[in-house]
Amino acid sequence: MKRVVILGGGVAGTLTANYLVPKIKERIKNEEVQITLISDRNFQIYEPGFLYMIFNRLGEGELKRNLGELVDPAVQLVIDRATKIDADNSRVVTENGSYDYDYLVIATGSRVVPEEIPGLKEGGHWFYNLEGATRLREALAKFNGGKIVVSVMGIPHKCPVAPMEVTFILHDFLRRRNLRDKSELLYTYPINKIFTMDPVVELIQPMFDERGIQYKTFFNPIEVDAKNRKVITLEGEEESYDLLIAIPPHKGAQVIIDSGLGDKGGWVPTDKYTLRVDGYDNMYALGDATNLPVSKAGSVAHFQAEVVAENLAAEIEGIEPTAMFNGKAFCFIETGWEEATYIWFDYFTPPRPVLPSKFVHFVKMAYNKAYWLTARGLL
Amino acid sequence: MEVKADRVVDARGSYCPGPLMELIKAIREEDVGKIIEVWSSDESSAKDIPEWVKKAGHELVGVFEADGYWRIVVKKTR
Repeated sequence: MKRVVILGGGVAGTLTANYLVPKIKERIKNEEVQITLISDRNFQIYEPGFLYMIFNRLGEGELKRNLGELVDPAVQLVIDRATKIDADNSRVVTENGSYDYDYLVIATGSRVVPEEIPGLKEGGHWFYNLEGATRLREALAKFNGGKIVVSVMGIPHKCPVAPMEVTFILHDFLRRRNLRDKSELLYTYPINKIFTMDPVVELIQPMFDERGIQYKTFFNPIEVDAKNRKVITLEGEEESYDLLIAIPPHKGAQVIIDSGLGDKGGWVPTDKYTLRVDGYDNMYALGDATNLPVSKAGSVAHFQAEVVAENLAAEIEGIEPTAMFNGKAFCFIETGWEEATYIWFDYFTPPRPVLPSKFVHFVKMAYNKAYWLTARGLL
Repeated sequence: MEVKADRVVDARGSYCPGPLMELIKAIREEDVGKIIEVWSSDESSAKDIPEWVKKAGHELVGVFEADGYWRIVVKKTR
């Protein structure tokens, strides 16, 4: 029997499992193949929803589903924390057991590490996990005017466009609450432009200007002075704030670091086309876990899952795997309370954002609900 | 004249802003006075990194073109 172990119950892991099952259904039924998905929690969170949750537009209950409802019943679902990938012996060790594999799929994602910026936990907010989003929702509800700093404190991070989106939505949120005149909005970014991709900068920067949103570039925070409410940068600058919304530094999963499989940031070195882990024939990596120069975003994980599932199915059938990932990403960009644009791009095609419209915003709102069909492998 | 680097950051194959972010990480970790050399195969690094070094108040020792990549040498001065 061939054993496929998928590590991670986020978009990447769940979709890989759900795309793989129909391709090899007979073999699973005949017990020639067993697919095991290991996740350290029994639910999945639709993380793009945090952007709406902090403004009270989506509730926590809409962002959470039990993994048991999402993962194909033909998959053995194990809720346990993986502590070590023993690649030499093709085994995953968990807190409560161990799982041998013939093929391993690493879909362990990324996480925020606010503790890497001294003072940030005490002095700042973020919306990149449930705990942070819950706290920020409360802070925004109580905000009565002042200076809000939205600060990207490291690259790479999940959903590269979210910092711009939250800034735009904040502008409208404050207007709707008659607080915009009493407030300043400052967006900061580590490199010398407001985003990594020039076509996006060309669209967004004039929109920031029109809305009176200030921005600072080459801004790399090294410390937050929580008491005096100041952000201090490596470049020797300081910015005061009344409310700090940070995009904290990110790292790969602890199990990747503990298993010696990651680079310095804990990202798994991965072939950009085949998605095989460098140096291992029986391991694939996808989603946020990889070191690839692509967006850490659900859409990327989605497109990569199609490739990994196709190649795994081919290998199991004894066929040479030929599917390649071409770097495809699709991102909605909310540019206000009720308008949005989108970009798609790949390794060979730069993004070309369309003009923002209400229509694109409503498509995004619909997708927020429809995501659970994607997770089930249906959309 | 070239100076021997205390630390070499090989960021070849990484796209903008990868090499700059790698340098920023190294600057945070090293002591004042250390010389850091970044290797980048992305041409825009040869322009962006010196710009950042100027803003951050460090010293640009030099930008050297090697075989298909750039070596940008920086001294941490504060």
